[in-house]
Amino acid sequence: MIVLLGVLVVVLGFATRRNPLLVVGVAGIVTGLLGKLSPVEVLRTFGESFASSRSVTIFAITLPVIGLLERNGLQQQARTLIGKLGTKLTTGRFLTLYLLLRQVTAAVGLQTIGGPAQSVRPMIAPMAEAATERRWGHLSAAAGGGGRPLPEKVREKVRSHSAGTDTVGLFFGEDCFLAIGSILLITGLVNSTYHTHLEPLHLALWAIPSAVCAFFIHGGRLLRLDRTLERELVTANAQMAVEREDALDRSEEGGAAK
Amino acid sequence: MIKSEWFFWLVGAVFLAMAAQMVVDRTNPKRLGTAAFWGLLGLCFFYSTGVNDKSLPSEPLGVAVLALICLGGFNLTGKGKPDTTSESERARLAARFGGKLFIPALTIPLIAMVCAVVADKWKIGGRPLLEEGSETILGLGLGAIVALGVGMWVLRERRASVPLHAGRGLLESMGWALLLPQLLAVLGAIFQAAGVGNQVRKITESVLPDGQKLTAVAVYCVGMAVFTMIMGNAFAAFPVMTAAVGWPVLIEQMNGNPAAVLAVGMLAGFCGTLCTPMAANFNLVPAALLELKDQYGPIKAQAPTAGAMLACNILIIYLFAF
Repeated sequence: MIVLLGVLVVVLGFATRRNPLLVVGVAGIVTGLLGKLSPVEVLRTFGESFASSRSVTIFAITLPVIGLLERNGLQQQARTLIGKLGTKLTTGRFLTLYLLLRQVTAAVGLQTIGGPAQSVRPMIAPMAEAATERRWGHLSAAAGGGGRPLPEKVREKVRSHSAGTDTVGLFFGEDCFLAIGSILLITGLVNSTYHTHLEPLHLALWAIPSAVCAFFIHGGRLLRLDRTLERELVTANAQMAVEREDALDRSEEGGAAK
Repeated sequence: MIKSEWFFWLVGAVFLAMAAQMVVDRTNPKRLGTAAFWGLLGLCFFYSTGVNDKSLPSEPLGVAVLALICLGGFNLTGKGKPDTTSESERARLAARFGGKLFIPALTIPLIAMVCAVVADKWKIGGRPLLEEGSETILGLGLGAIVALGVGMWVLRERRASVPLHAGRGLLESMGWALLLPQLLAVLGAIFQAAGVGNQVRKITESVLPDGQKLTAVAVYCVGMAVFTMIMGNAFAAFPVMTAAVGWPVLIEQMNGNPAAVLAVGMLAGFCGTLCTPMAANFNLVPAALLELKDQYGPIKAQAPTAGAMLACNILIIYLFAF
């Protein structure tokens, strides 16, 4: 039973945000010693399992070509591509399209062309917001108060969904690529620990059903987001109209009292 | 026959070459620690070949792994300012090359797929062209090499040092985190050697009623998600939950398909990542970047999808893995 303290070391270490490498090192040594391995045997296990799990780290071999493409404008080109999509769409439809694009590109190994800093802040959030603003502009112009900024609550919601869509698309797309860290971790761990043979390709194929489900679930929610936003915009607009009338009434009363 | 060890040597050589560049990079305040980390890692890739075929002792490799852990863990690595193109230059280059930029990137998965599906049947002189059981990994390696060639041709780049420098920039910005998945695999092996798997198996078997497939699958998936939420990292939860339920109960006892159980189990962990502030880089950093008042905004946007996907993943394993 006492070897389970090793698991506790991992949980506590990660939960208190210690450096993950140190957590792994300490947990490995503690667990090995508690499991009645001698210090030399612990070292041997570290060495042998490192040697048999090298395949986990080999995705580093793709870095030179990705780096070369990025310095020649890969991310900028991806942005241009997305920019062409989003000029006439509603917020929800635009984000659904981005979800699909993010999933498909991640599934062929292009995880780095998106991300909060690479695409969401410079590109996705502003375009999603612009779509909502277009709608808000129509609504408030019809009520006689054009040119007002988006209600804060709505703006926050649109931005949050922009970030969320990027993350969901990445998570449920990348595992369809066979050389991603999580897939290689599974094969590396299982092949060195349980002495069997798993092919990364089979794991990647089994990630496809979840990827499809994720597209329909999250895409469906994004399309519903359009309706939620519409409702919130209408309410906010009505509220502002009431406030404006109140203000008018008050200024009239003030005028009468003078 | 092309052997997977050759490919590991290539990766090791790339790490060593990058380490040599790091030593002379004066823009990196921790250049020696950084170079020591990646150089040692490169050497370990070569030495491991001897450990695998039992011609070299494994203890020195264990010491080297602990040294890597200390170099990364005590923050002795850093990054320099890579000599690269500016944002405006990149925009100009992107306009010049256009869609051609995607060709080299798509070459990698294409060749990896071809090697995994078709080339494993190719033979030269009666022996398979690619070492058996390593087709996918070799495909990735060949794909990366061919893609680099295609990329240099498409982009009219003649100097081999340019991609090496660009790759080193990415390597330095990822830092020691790049090694974390492999070390978690090592930890899983130590857990197994120390008998953690057996202990947890006894506990789960006494708790789980016999043959209750749906319950067992749900325990595995929900466990992955919850552990991931606590630790902020599905990679760290995976060795624990797989030793506890995934391997002994779902795969050995109930004869589940290992690829399906483990691949979808990992995705169940990702559902946890979507819901936890512990995964700061995915959930809190975007909120800061987008200047949100509510730093949990992205988590609130993601949580319903995460819940539904967890249910989907449980059903996918339950319906298709047995």
